[in-house]
Amino acid sequence: MAYSLAGRIQTRILLFAVIGGIWTTLVTPILPTRLALGASYQVTFSMLALIIALGLLWELAYHLLQQFRWDKDWPTIFSLAAGVPEGLLLWVLLDTDSWFWDVPVTSRSFWLLFGSLWLLVWAVLSGPIRVLLVRRRWTGGRLL
Amino acid sequence: MSDAGPAERTGELTQALLDSSVWSEQMLAQAGIPIVDSPLVSIGGGLGSFALIDHLRICGVGIESLRVLTPLSTPWESFGYLTRVSQVALGDRLRSDSSSCPDNIWGFPSYAVREAVAADTVRGFVTPLWQVLTEPVAAERYTPRLGQVLEALAREHVRIRYQQMVAAGQVRMVRRRVDGGYFTILTTPEWAKAAKRIAFRSGYVHLAVGYAGLKFLPDLQIYRESTRNSSRVVNAYEPHEHVYDQLRRRPGTVMVRGSGIVASRVLQRLIDERNNHGLQTRVVHILGEYIAASHGPRFRRRHGGDGFAYQAFDEPKAVWGGQLRDRARAAEGHERVQFFDSLGGSSSPYRKHWQAKLATARTEGWYSTVVGQVDALDPGADDLISARVRTGDSVLMAEASFVIDCTGLESDIGEQRILADLLRHSGAGRNPLGRLDVAPSFEVRGTRNGKGRLYASGAATHGGYLPGVDTFLGLQIAAQEIADDLATEGFCRRLGPWGSGRQWLRWATNTVI
Repeated sequence: MAYSLAGRIQTRILLFAVIGGIWTTLVTPILPTRLALGASYQVTFSMLALIIALGLLWELAYHLLQQFRWDKDWPTIFSLAAGVPEGLLLWVLLDTDSWFWDVPVTSRSFWLLFGSLWLLVWAVLSGPIRVLLVRRRWTGGRLL
Repeated sequence: MSDAGPAERTGELTQALLDSSVWSEQMLAQAGIPIVDSPLVSIGGGLGSFALIDHLRICGVGIESLRVLTPLSTPWESFGYLTRVSQVALGDRLRSDSSSCPDNIWGFPSYAVREAVAADTVRGFVTPLWQVLTEPVAAERYTPRLGQVLEALAREHVRIRYQQMVAAGQVRMVRRRVDGGYFTILTTPEWAKAAKRIAFRSGYVHLAVGYAGLKFLPDLQIYRESTRNSSRVVNAYEPHEHVYDQLRRRPGTVMVRGSGIVASRVLQRLIDERNNHGLQTRVVHILGEYIAASHGPRFRRRHGGDGFAYQAFDEPKAVWGGQLRDRARAAEGHERVQFFDSLGGSSSPYRKHWQAKLATARTEGWYSTVVGQVDALDPGADDLISARVRTGDSVLMAEASFVIDCTGLESDIGEQRILADLLRHSGAGRNPLGRLDVAPSFEVRGTRNGKGRLYASGAATHGGYLPGVDTFLGLQIAAQEIADDLATEGFCRRLGPWGSGRQWLRWATNTVI
């Protein structure tokens, strides 16, 4: 995929908000959060919001790295592998209480949710999204 | 062609028609040329026409509203011919992305996935998937085989009932109609039980006439004309099997010109021939510029080595939908020329097995490169061709039995009959690179007539707002832009998420539409 900066940002927001929102709603009840359901949802949706918010900064970094590529594209393996640094940073922020407010997430539920969400979004990005948004690949990922 | 008019071969172009830029029904009637109505005609009938027709059918346009005017028997006939003569066999891989699927506007599932699903071994299943997952970092880019693409095209062309929209013949010209829209003159084949010429009256015309023609380097042209011998100096895009046949019978030296993908394929064929048949062929590769390593400034650095600039596809990938496409779209005039220059000249994909073969050839001493400009070719003794090559300050003489021109020069669009007529009579102009000037919607600027719209896609529009127009993706992007423009005119539905999803399901289940 060859992204423009606006395309990256719009794609990040749309996919994580829509697919992430649905997925988080579905799996939160079965995650080992050790919290009541209401509190669990608060934690998981805080995580999702952080993936999107921090993701906007990550996208800026990716766009900068993309400039070093002659093809100005972003190989699919990069999209998949980006989950490692993004997941680690988020976990460090939450686990060390460096984040601005307390998100009491357990390690297992964090990695289960983050990992499954990342793989799901990557899988959708790798093909099925083109079925519904037929122009997106010609617009650098932009939807608007 | 049952609706095409009377059985006798009537209908000659009169002087009045030839001279007049705008035609009326009366003028055609006087010339005895029958008129057939078709809301949209696509001229060319190759992959450019196919891309648009496929898109429009998916957008819900019925076959009765579309006509393809073409001398070709299938939409892939020209493409198949050009790939075959330029040394791509059915089992060979193209220089094309996995998701660049001319048979599927969504590019999903991609060719790599389809190849994996169709495989009958575990290795055959895993290899394409692994390659497409890790390209271009841990593996070379996945590219589909020619045979796979042709089969997929054949399936889609049946599914959209393409053949029912074809009117066979050679288009002579498109002229504006007095009351809006256009007349397209089709010269029907001799065997057709139809008038000799038919005028298609339509609101929308699409031109996808392909390459204006092959053009030889001036020195090659002079050699062919002066010796009246075209068998020893050939263009890679014309049939040249006799070169390989003759090399099997008698050893010789081949001079290869150019450093693009076609040069790579011709070199591969020459090397394979030498290895498989134990020949003594020698190859002299003439390069205008020797690319020794990666080149260009930090943020526009392209890989290179052994004389070649390496690039996966015809253009950097982002020209078809990323920041490079955005830049092309924003550039006008001289800035556009500079932008196209910045995309770099000829390039070839890096493929390990090619590099290995060339390295062997180099060490064994029968493949050499010469960097310079050929000043002239002269007939030499013993059927040889003598070349004067300017290399810096010196002049070098080289002899060869054959010269294969792989520079891929194309003729001016003015040499294509329909385009020349359009430039002369219908208000069409040229873009900063000298080809047909089209708007971002691929409408040919200056040709609008009342409610009528005239569009063009493919090689003739190179130098416009989209680079890489003569590729699978370029043709599909043009088709999508044209379809969207036609949707605003009310000709078809604009493909939204719901409609797109439904149509994809029909594609996936191979449902005829």
